[in-house]
Amino acid sequence: MGKIEWAMWANEQALAAGLIYATGGIVGVAGQFRGWQFAAFGIAAGVFVCLLEYPRSKRGKGTSVERTGQYCFTVCVKAFGPLTRNYYVRAFLHAALCVPGGFMLATVLGCVCLGIASLIYLSAAIHGEHWEPILPRTEPPKRVGNSIKEPPQNPPPRPPPELRRKKADKLEPAAYDNPMSVTINE
Amino acid sequence: MGNFAANEGLSIFVILVWLGINVFLFVHFYMAFLVDRYYYTRVILGHALSWARAPAACLNFNCMLILLPVCRNLLSFLRGSIQYCSRTAARQLDRNLTFHKLVAYMIALHTAIHIIAHLFNFERFMDSQLMINSSHLPYVLSQIGNNDNRSYLNPIRTNETNPTIVMFTTIAGLTGVVITLALILIITSSMEVIRRSYFEVFWFTHHLFIVFFIGLVAHGIGRIVRGQTVESVKVHDPVECHSKFETWGQNGTDCPEPVFAGNPPMTWKWVVGPMFLYVCERLVRFYRSQQKVVITKVVMHPSKTLELQMKKKGFKMEVGQYVFMQCPSISQLEWHPFTLTSAPEEDHLSVHIRIVGDWTQALYTACGGDKTVVLDAWTLPKVAVDGPFGTASEDVFRYEVVMLVGAGIGVTPFASVLKSVWYKHVQENKNVFTKKIYFYWLCPETQAFEWFADLLQSLERQMNEKDMRDFLSYNIYLTRWKDAEAAHLRVQYEAEDDPITGLKQKTRYGKPNWDNEFSAIATQHPGSKVGVFLCGPTALATALGKQCISHTESGTEFIFNKENF
Repeated sequence: MGKIEWAMWANEQALAAGLIYATGGIVGVAGQFRGWQFAAFGIAAGVFVCLLEYPRSKRGKGTSVERTGQYCFTVCVKAFGPLTRNYYVRAFLHAALCVPGGFMLATVLGCVCLGIASLIYLSAAIHGEHWEPILPRTEPPKRVGNSIKEPPQNPPPRPPPELRRKKADKLEPAAYDNPMSVTINE
Repeated sequence: MGNFAANEGLSIFVILVWLGINVFLFVHFYMAFLVDRYYYTRVILGHALSWARAPAACLNFNCMLILLPVCRNLLSFLRGSIQYCSRTAARQLDRNLTFHKLVAYMIALHTAIHIIAHLFNFERFMDSQLMINSSHLPYVLSQIGNNDNRSYLNPIRTNETNPTIVMFTTIAGLTGVVITLALILIITSSMEVIRRSYFEVFWFTHHLFIVFFIGLVAHGIGRIVRGQTVESVKVHDPVECHSKFETWGQNGTDCPEPVFAGNPPMTWKWVVGPMFLYVCERLVRFYRSQQKVVITKVVMHPSKTLELQMKKKGFKMEVGQYVFMQCPSISQLEWHPFTLTSAPEEDHLSVHIRIVGDWTQALYTACGGDKTVVLDAWTLPKVAVDGPFGTASEDVFRYEVVMLVGAGIGVTPFASVLKSVWYKHVQENKNVFTKKIYFYWLCPETQAFEWFADLLQSLERQMNEKDMRDFLSYNIYLTRWKDAEAAHLRVQYEAEDDPITGLKQKTRYGKPNWDNEFSAIATQHPGSKVGVFLCGPTALATALGKQCISHTESGTEFIFNKENF
């Protein structure tokens, strides 16, 4: 438990805000409320925010937990490069997206939640955090040591076969088969 | 299947009763707004009125419930009293956090329904003010009460406004926004990712519940939900008079103008009790934390484990309980839970703390962990202890046969159990109900053994002296080992004492075969109730839970108890 990475919380808040924004928008459009155009914008903005926020960032310290099926979203978000990497851009984007929601009752809640998410992202950006994609780790190709290049010409010296055999009556008490043969001096 | 009922039956019953009450309240209050008193309200709002009031009733109920599972001291007290009647009921109280989360989800769901219904309500109230047409009933209804501003129906009093402004200028609207925001912030900061990694954010944001409850109680003060008064219904029957709205109150009609009033706020009646209990709970916690605690001994164990022995006047505990500790010199606001590793029969209380994060690291430094000189007692930091709080391990001695499984640091509550066992049998020789203990410790590395090995060694010695070798059977499993160590052990297997722990019972490698273990115990103890206690990771809990269910045959019954923080 170390210093808080604000982006983690901002991400949860923004995802929730996106859902609320979209839901408010759907209610506004379905009920054909006055100002339904703002509601329609709310649906679009809410869905967009959800798509942007769904992939979690890789944490600076500690293990990152992915959301289910976030890999394809990660690839899309990563493609925008510095626009999505930088949290100042995100803070400003969320602030801009939330403003139209304030003009209609159904989307007001989404507006305020997204505004709060924007503030937390601002805090994250001030603390120098940025978005890192969580990508599956590719194993580095196994580096071959120098000695492998010249395999030995002769087999290693071994004691005669009689001493190498394990004694049968000493085998049962063993809990497992040791991969290395352990010779017991007789 | 019957064993599933034994393990899970009471939980399922409680959940079903709770859901049943929710459904009943929803339907009852939905119907309550379909009566004649609200006839004219429904003319404007339609069924959206009922859709808003029904979840409101459920919200009252759930907000009453949500505070109760987190009153730790109250639950401990209840647990202590109940377990004389029923062990199962007492165990149910261990699942308080799960219930708290369930109720929270229900609150979120009902809040969503309530808000959506009110969005429609606001829109329809606004509509009826804007359709300026004297032959339109909703408009006529909205004009009632324009003179005295008391007997009105439509809370939107003018057509020169819009729903958003109305929301921010009514008490109900404003408190509604505030408490919904508080709820959303609480929920987003309680997600598992945030809770496990940044506990402070979770803990501080969660205190927004104070704002939530204040807003909730104030939400109904404006009396914005309005219906015809009872007296008005007697003289003006809406069913008969609604079509004659153009002649209301004129000479010669039997339909005077209807009079409307708001419903008084009800929420406070639901939540005042639990709020009071919770305030008492916090006061109790504060009082207990002010009691003086003295650190008498500090021991540094390998694998970064710090043991603190403390004395607190009047402190009483049972086996396997835990306490919350605070160190004001490190942080005024952080309380961290630790299992007690001392037995009730000892004169001090001890905890073994693993050094993993900032707070534990700071505690280690404050207790002089990185210094080689012995510190004077008065230089040790002041600590506060709140507790003890009961967990499943309290029940250990109520079973005839007991299986204790600890994984890694999860062995700590069982340290307390084993010490208590030693004191009970060896020193006081009481007739203890528990006849046999099977102890399993799964550990990734050997170094973590050291402090526990001492305990087991002295137990083993005492058991031998009292000729009670069979009482305790323990199995230690190393789940990770190095090849060189394994080779050394392979050579030494003939030695009488285990080369790692020095104990007579050998250390094993890999993971235990639970199927075999359970079968062996079932055959050894037919017809008895075997208590299975685990302190460890969830995966192991699922595995053991399944084993309990599948090995409970006619006769032997395995009952599973899990600890968690």
